[in-house]
Amino acid sequence: MTETAAQAKTAVQAAAALARSDDSEGMSYLESLPRRLVTLYLPLFIILVVLLFPFYWMALTSIKPDEQLIDMQTYNPFWVVHPTLKHITKLLFETEYPRWLWNTMYVAACATTLSIIASVLSAYAIVRLRFKGGDAVGVLIFFAYLVPPSILFIPLASVIQAYGLFDSPLSLILVYPTLLIPFSTWLLMGYFKTIPYELEECALIDGASRWQILVKIVLPLAVPGLISAFIFSFTLCWNEFIYALTFLQSTPNKTVPVAIVNEFVDGDIYKWGSLMAGALVGSLPLVILYAFFVEHYVSAMTGAVKE
Amino acid sequence: MTTMQTSTARPATMQTPARAVYKDTRSLWERLRTNRNWLALWFMLPTAAFLILFLAYPLGLGVWMSFTDERIGRTGVFIGLENYEWLWNDSIFWLSVFNTLLYTIIASIIKFAVGLYLALLLNRHMPFKAIIRAIVLIPFIVPTVLSAIAFWWIYDPQFSIVSWSLIKLGLISNNINFLGDPNMARASVIFANIWRGVPFVAITLLAGLQTVSPSLYEAATLDGATDWQRFRYITYPLLTPIIAVVMTFSVLFTFTDFQLVWALTRGGPVNATHLMATLSYQRGILSGRLGEGAAIATAMIPFLLAAIAISWFGMQRRKWQQGSDND
Repeated sequence: MTETAAQAKTAVQAAAALARSDDSEGMSYLESLPRRLVTLYLPLFIILVVLLFPFYWMALTSIKPDEQLIDMQTYNPFWVVHPTLKHITKLLFETEYPRWLWNTMYVAACATTLSIIASVLSAYAIVRLRFKGGDAVGVLIFFAYLVPPSILFIPLASVIQAYGLFDSPLSLILVYPTLLIPFSTWLLMGYFKTIPYELEECALIDGASRWQILVKIVLPLAVPGLISAFIFSFTLCWNEFIYALTFLQSTPNKTVPVAIVNEFVDGDIYKWGSLMAGALVGSLPLVILYAFFVEHYVSAMTGAVKE
Repeated sequence: MTTMQTSTARPATMQTPARAVYKDTRSLWERLRTNRNWLALWFMLPTAAFLILFLAYPLGLGVWMSFTDERIGRTGVFIGLENYEWLWNDSIFWLSVFNTLLYTIIASIIKFAVGLYLALLLNRHMPFKAIIRAIVLIPFIVPTVLSAIAFWWIYDPQFSIVSWSLIKLGLISNNINFLGDPNMARASVIFANIWRGVPFVAITLLAGLQTVSPSLYEAATLDGATDWQRFRYITYPLLTPIIAVVMTFSVLFTFTDFQLVWALTRGGPVNATHLMATLSYQRGILSGRLGEGAAIATAMIPFLLAAIAISWFGMQRRKWQQGSDND
């Protein structure tokens, strides 16, 4: 049985590799270089510059000394003469930024873990247990995916208040799964469907319970799907704003996006350096995570849409 | 939707286990543990708990709250349609509806056009393809609020890098007041939204493009099809289903957008960029009139239902195009 499992795994990996290696030349040799320059490289270059410029600007501002920030005549604003780490050290040692960063990570990690556990169970039930009304439940979960936080935050604020969770990270840990579970369930349903049913039948005949099948057969084969769901959910949590803005009041409890918007905005003309440093430091963990898991990230995004 | 097909496609013999023939002698506990429906109930329990407590119940509660005069710190009483009547005569509310529609329509159209164009570019053969594709998605990874803050700095009335560059190029003589002038503010916010949305549209459409067989293009080229004809009669029809889904999501998220506008303008200047979501937050949470805020949020639901209906029909059409089994 393990052999079959291994075979199935190689098949899945082979399919994934096939999907990745689409760099065949195709008909592109028919085009001349000047033509490719105008129709492909130039527009692509312009779009990439526009897409990346805000990050360049963010990074540049966070290491620029204050006088260069506001003096655009003597210094060329597109470059920095004597870079300084002042803004970043000020951010890390003189504000509560590390605390906010920790809050964000803690909430995102807890909410994501809870959601993945719930999603694995529900996706397995919908795909493999084929219970009465399972299809309807699948459709309902899909609709839950379409309910946006913007219409829920007011009633949720009063629900959170009623449960006594106001201004507590626990409120976010409990609420974020509503954003993550529908998405992860649909993603994992797609992965579970690719696992051969015969493997489970073998295990059932050998006397395994459903729980054993899920833990020992289905989950090891669905690891890429689990990583995708985890990465994407984590990013969604990190990005979430409106619930965090509504539920959290006291400064030390805030998450990075909320704190950046509320805590740094004073009348100070020199605020930009630390503001940009805050935005940069808040984005870096996600970008690094993304760099390691690009494939999983893209498959999560496109997988959820394809379903 | 796809589950339906999997289950019906399975042979019927598999669904009726052989044990139905003899009498079931197992204990109640044993049956609870192995019966498929009971088992599914246990498996669905965590998901159901989260979604009912924190999604379905608040959704209903929100609609109920919109019929009350609830405020922060005091429970409301039922006042019927009074909130809606009040909003009906409120010019700021109608301005926010107008802004939301304008924001959604313009941003979605441009996101679609640029996203499709970018997807077509990325689908072509070139060096460093994988890295370029990875880079394109970065604006989507970075939290919206944090990139919005970067835009806020780019749109600064005094030290905007855009104004500076245009002045140096001799195109304008004074700094552009990006977020101070109503129409300029609208355009700026829409641009930031497009900037963030294009990568999502492009990468998901690219995934669709990769499923189109190159041999179709080769055959068409042999038949003398032009670039435009290949796009119009091969790419576009094969891509329609995924376009429908992607654009529904895009419209849905743009329509309910909150964070970008809140970080950039908070609805100003003179409510010119107030979306329904930001107005709902301002009235409901900041001013404490929860009932009124809930009424604004509830007023968004009909629009969302329209978007979901479009998504549904988009998927139906996909099934119809690819035959009933589209797993």
